[in-house]
Amino acid sequence: MGGANADGTGAPLASLEAKWVWQPGETLVRTLLFIAAAFAIIATFAIVFALLLDTVIFFGRVSPLDFYTGTKWSPVIDGLYGVLPLIAGTLLIAGGAVVIGIPLGLSAAIFLREYAPARVREILKPVLEVLAGIPSIVFGFFALLLVSPTLKAWFGADYFNATNAIIVIGIMVIPIVSSLSEDALTAVPTDLRDGAFALGATRFEAMGRVVIPAAFSGIMASFLLAFSRAVGETMVVLIAAGENVNLTFDVLGPMSTLAGDIARKATGDLPVGSDLYRSLFAVGFTLFVITLLINLTSDILRHRFREAYD
Amino acid sequence: MKPKSRVVRKAKEAGFVIIFLAGIGVALGVLGVLLASLIVTAAPYLTPTLITNYANYQDPTRAGYAAAIAGTLWILSLTLIFSLPLGIGAAIYLEEYSHGGRISRILQAGVSNLAGVPSVVFGLLGLLVFVRGLHLGAVVLAGALTLTILVFPYVVITAREAIRAVPQSIRDAALAMGATKWQAIRRQVLPAAAPGLLTASILAAARTIGETAPLIVIGAVVLQTFLPYGPDSPFVALPVQIYAYIDLPGPEWQGVSAAGMIVLLLILFAFNAVAIVGRNRMQRMRW
Repeated sequence: MGGANADGTGAPLASLEAKWVWQPGETLVRTLLFIAAAFAIIATFAIVFALLLDTVIFFGRVSPLDFYTGTKWSPVIDGLYGVLPLIAGTLLIAGGAVVIGIPLGLSAAIFLREYAPARVREILKPVLEVLAGIPSIVFGFFALLLVSPTLKAWFGADYFNATNAIIVIGIMVIPIVSSLSEDALTAVPTDLRDGAFALGATRFEAMGRVVIPAAFSGIMASFLLAFSRAVGETMVVLIAAGENVNLTFDVLGPMSTLAGDIARKATGDLPVGSDLYRSLFAVGFTLFVITLLINLTSDILRHRFREAYD
Repeated sequence: MKPKSRVVRKAKEAGFVIIFLAGIGVALGVLGVLLASLIVTAAPYLTPTLITNYANYQDPTRAGYAAAIAGTLWILSLTLIFSLPLGIGAAIYLEEYSHGGRISRILQAGVSNLAGVPSVVFGLLGLLVFVRGLHLGAVVLAGALTLTILVFPYVVITAREAIRAVPQSIRDAALAMGATKWQAIRRQVLPAAAPGLLTASILAAARTIGETAPLIVIGAVVLQTFLPYGPDSPFVALPVQIYAYIDLPGPEWQGVSAAGMIVLLLILFAFNAVAIVGRNRMQRMRW
């Protein structure tokens, strides 16, 4: 009998499910499971609603134009709510981090997929998983303990500086890039690779001219997910990047980001209903929209990729 | 294009292999340096009193993590109690009941979107809905509910893989014997997927233990000198307490926070070891 259908395709035997029989228990279970599956949608709407509730009131008091064009984020001292320093800091730190993390992660993926012998692979893959499982607070501490003193000695950087966060978040995204790009490389049909070998290509040539172009959208999707993760990273920035109210591109000095600033302000005593309290939600909403756009782009790329080879 | 000699091509290949090796070398090196520096920094403070003493911001030798460890265990248990049935239920629906129509695409998009939301945003959601909206205050239950929403997509994604790994023939055989769909799932598919579901649960647990930012935002207290007494108790979690110590100046406080991280990592590695063993056992199972 085995796993195959009468026609040998292994497709589900839909006709065996007696759908026409009235089974209240079955319907109840199905409904409950559907509600569980819909929980993600409910939660997403709850997030949007929760963020918008205070954001809208906040925008009634501070105009969205001032919020998104202001270049000074100093709500406590000056009452200035210009979010550009936070957005710029977020993009600069996340951008710098992926510039470090992407080449390293992609190299690791290519080595594991194309070059490493099976036994080496079996040892190295769990090590990358360990790296992926280390909580961000440990990485933040690492930035302060080792990266910051080094940067201070070599480049005269401040104790709290943006480069701390760039380097450490760059390392944190290596496992994301490597595991997702490796999946993308693995999904490329062996025929393509063999075809290149048959034409006399070396392993590297086959990869550079055939395998990577074929896996391109999947690899790009992994880059975008790493970027999104870096944009949302909170603890490393909170611990090691410091705070800066001004729009700056000095990566050796302190810098604030959207996620880091939410956590920093939340640790203080926030009077509920104050402008400062509401501004957290406006900053959170901005962060949510930025990561949503990156994630959607990544999703679209991955689906295009899946359609090509499945 | 001028054909290149075989030697040049081979040399180029060797050069790039070295670059690729460097990628993984950096990852390994960082991991090694990170663990070594953590252990060296933490060593003087790794004493039994570390886990029996409460928070203390004056004397590093008397500072500890008792309330934080208990708080983390409370949050972890409640989060798992909420998120596992919900997440595994959602995975069952998506794998067994939905048939790839528009609704199932929307449900899946919801899960993958939720997985991409930055953790600090979940903190804002928890602050508004649970702490203020439901008037729970910054208590264990509010923290657990917030983290439930955060880990839900991870449970769904890993549980779906476990359920998908069960061969179709198992379901067909149960249905052919006259089982209803739910009977087939409950008596055959779920037991067969159990090792994978265990792995899913442990990965969710590991993720819950390490989360800091959402708990900071909803307002975990950092000077708690009593153990949490229930879901309605104020709480502090292990990573939140570690952060409070990091924020203090001086190498002795670095030692206290590094020692806390060793405790955190030991708990995480224990969980992950169980997950890896479970997964290997699952892979050995062949139908």
